Amino acid sequence: MDDGTIDPMTHDYSHELPFWRKYIFSTDHKMIGIQYALTGLIFLLFGFGLMMLMRWQLAYPGQPLPGIGTWFSENVMPGGIMLPEFYNQLGAMHGTIMVFLGVVPLAVGGFGNFVLPLQIGAPDMAFPKLNMVSYWFLLTGGVIMFASFFVPGGAAQSGWTSYAPLSVIASSGQTWWLVGMTFLINSSLLGSVNFIVTTAQLRADGLSFNRLPFFVWAQFVTSFLLLLAFPPLMAAGILQLMDRVAHTSFFMPTGLVVSGQLLEGISGGGNAVLWQHLFWFLAHPEVYVLILPAMGIVAEVIACNTRKPLYGYKALVGSTIFLGFMSFIVWAHHMYLTGMGQNLSAFFQVTTMIISIPSIIILTTLILSLWGGAIRFTVPMLFALAFLPMFGIGGLTGLPLGLNAADIHLHDTYYVIGHFHYVVAPGTIFALFAGIYHWFPKATGRKMNDFLGRLHFWPSFVLMNCIFMPMLIQGLAGVSRRLYDPMQYAHAQPTQPLNVFISISAWCLALAQIPFIINFFWSLFAGKKVDQNPWEATTLEWTAPSPPPHGNFAQVPTVYRGPYEYSTPNAKKDFWPQSMKETN
Amino acid sequence: MNNHYYGWGLPIDISTHGWQIDRLINVMHVIMAVLFVGWVLFLIYALIRFRARAGHKAEYHVKHFKTPTFLEVAVAVTEVILLTAFSFPIWHSYTQEFPSRDKAVQIKVVAEQFAWNIHYSGKDGIFARSSPKLMTSTNPLGLDPDDPNGKDDAATINQLHIPVNTPVIVDLMSKDVIHSFSLPVMRVKQDAIPGQSVPLWFEAKQPGEFEIACAQLCGLGHYRMRGFFVVEEKDKFEQWMTEQSTQ
Repeated sequence: MDDGTIDPMTHDYSHELPFWRKYIFSTDHKMIGIQYALTGLIFLLFGFGLMMLMRWQLAYPGQPLPGIGTWFSENVMPGGIMLPEFYNQLGAMHGTIMVFLGVVPLAVGGFGNFVLPLQIGAPDMAFPKLNMVSYWFLLTGGVIMFASFFVPGGAAQSGWTSYAPLSVIASSGQTWWLVGMTFLINSSLLGSVNFIVTTAQLRADGLSFNRLPFFVWAQFVTSFLLLLAFPPLMAAGILQLMDRVAHTSFFMPTGLVVSGQLLEGISGGGNAVLWQHLFWFLAHPEVYVLILPAMGIVAEVIACNTRKPLYGYKALVGSTIFLGFMSFIVWAHHMYLTGMGQNLSAFFQVTTMIISIPSIIILTTLILSLWGGAIRFTVPMLFALAFLPMFGIGGLTGLPLGLNAADIHLHDTYYVIGHFHYVVAPGTIFALFAGIYHWFPKATGRKMNDFLGRLHFWPSFVLMNCIFMPMLIQGLAGVSRRLYDPMQYAHAQPTQPLNVFISISAWCLALAQIPFIINFFWSLFAGKKVDQNPWEATTLEWTAPSPPPHGNFAQVPTVYRGPYEYSTPNAKKDFWPQSMKETN
Repeated sequence: MNNHYYGWGLPIDISTHGWQIDRLINVMHVIMAVLFVGWVLFLIYALIRFRARAGHKAEYHVKHFKTPTFLEVAVAVTEVILLTAFSFPIWHSYTQEFPSRDKAVQIKVVAEQFAWNIHYSGKDGIFARSSPKLMTSTNPLGLDPDDPNGKDDAATINQLHIPVNTPVIVDLMSKDVIHSFSLPVMRVKQDAIPGQSVPLWFEAKQPGEFEIACAQLCGLGHYRMRGFFVVEEKDKFEQWMTEQSTQ
């Protein structure tokens, strides 16, 4: 009987579960992790596809999309020409999908689920059935989001931020968005409880908190952010849902006149800015939910591929905890231009400048970790190294946005888009690719192809910059974001050639992912078979078989030392696994 | 519309306060460039010097750097300077130090999907009463026709004219959803939020024909919510005002 709780001592490994229990409704953290990761990857590709459609309209406004333009309904692209409604749907759903259905499921659900229990020497997550439920909530939310494209009026079109009152008076897609978000939020809440309890309770003997791999620390702090930041958005989402379906007025002020008509049937008296406070109270910690797991992956890959301990482990962990804490009191820097007075804006500017310090410490620590190493330029290491300067640009461009005087000009321009995409696209997503190449051998027992990996990395690295660097230039020129047709504004016209360049780069970036997709599937079946520790790494997951069986470890490991004992003096080999008792 | 005002860098600045914002943006980017180039040079040097090769071994005990501590302190000090010497004072003058309402041109800007309604108080400096109940397509501001204060008022759609070298106070509102009133050449941007009125002020130092942009997604016409922003000599402005209020 598999009742979801697994005792590795008594568990019968030879017992084969039926297909649907093993692959579909699995309670095994590794299978759930893989389900999360595949779901996340598919949604990342889908969200990228939405953006590639938008890039046509931005590069060639009002021109029919050749070829695939005719595949779309006349309601959204008559004659292959995109309507502004559809453009706004694509924009809102691109953001929603990339954040909540792409990066979070892959970074937290995927890597967190697969790697974290292995790295702490646990047989599974603390609550395996809860874990399964959290995945199915995610998938349900994803299906609702996807289906909302086909409801009358189409999907949500008020931006991923869904600012009221626009979102309250929008078509029915917004209701679907809110319901979908409810599932996604619940998924993350259940997942975060599971991660916290697992990390607190199921660590192997000897694995004290100061011996935890940095990846586990990153996931642990991330889980607290999810647990504490999502409930306010859940509440806000329900209030907005009530405003839409029950005609309450939480976010609807008195006396709204829409299309020349006084809005009837609402009581009024609400506050439109309240939504923004509640939304950003989640959405700023959410930024760190997107970035911390990525930093965790990069730290693991760098330690392993420099063959030396990380520089300043304690500073890394301390900065991460501080970052997590500070991320709760910076949210209103997204709202400087809502009429904010001097004192409030001064507070949020100060906290925003303070939060940049731990970010810079983490980045500096990771870069300094290279010093004195014997650096192997493996494919995961290439992605992890590229993360450093790319996240650097993303972080630095946040500084002028964080100072409200500079923000007056840059707010809601392409500068903002360039800034946060540098953080999450060539930043987080590169780190996620590093993680996929790094842990693929653990999940499958096979290594991904090295040549295809490099063919994936180099074009992606160049093209990411071709896409996002021009956006910073457009932003400095003052071009507003979310414009269906940039040619309408005189101040946006001079940088229009950049839009063509960005769009072509984005489509080429899609081509650059083909080697990855081929590599992924080819390596599943035909990749080079490897033993349990192909990278000669020190952390616990590499002492389990590849792929690890149900219950993970044949013997419960005991931990004797910190996570990054590489090139330890007097050791025979240049790595000394955490669970190895004798001198290596 | 003169396209030579706009290019690839910051748009031209015709405001009296904008130079401070531009200076801050420029200073920031110099600091960012220095930090970034420093990081990248260090990164490249480290990657070459410490590449894995025959005969090269990683070091377990790396000589400790003092640089990161200095760097952190330097960054922190720089940020304090940026806040106290630049951002706080600029924001203070932008949001708090308003010119006297008697000496300024007073304008109400009421945003709607997808137009800017511009309302001038006229010579008496008093706006006509308005109410959402009176808002129609021919009276988009909902002005009360019986209000004597409204006799010299002027209302336009998407036409914002201001006199050069004169402070202007705009009271910004919205009828329906959140918009954002952006004058790129004036370094002015402010959300127009239904249910609240936010004052802002600026002063142009050069005449010309520019544009108002909407910076906040406000629906399917967001991309074409463009207004005209004309800065003209005082006498031309007076003449234009007279024409508007007699209509």
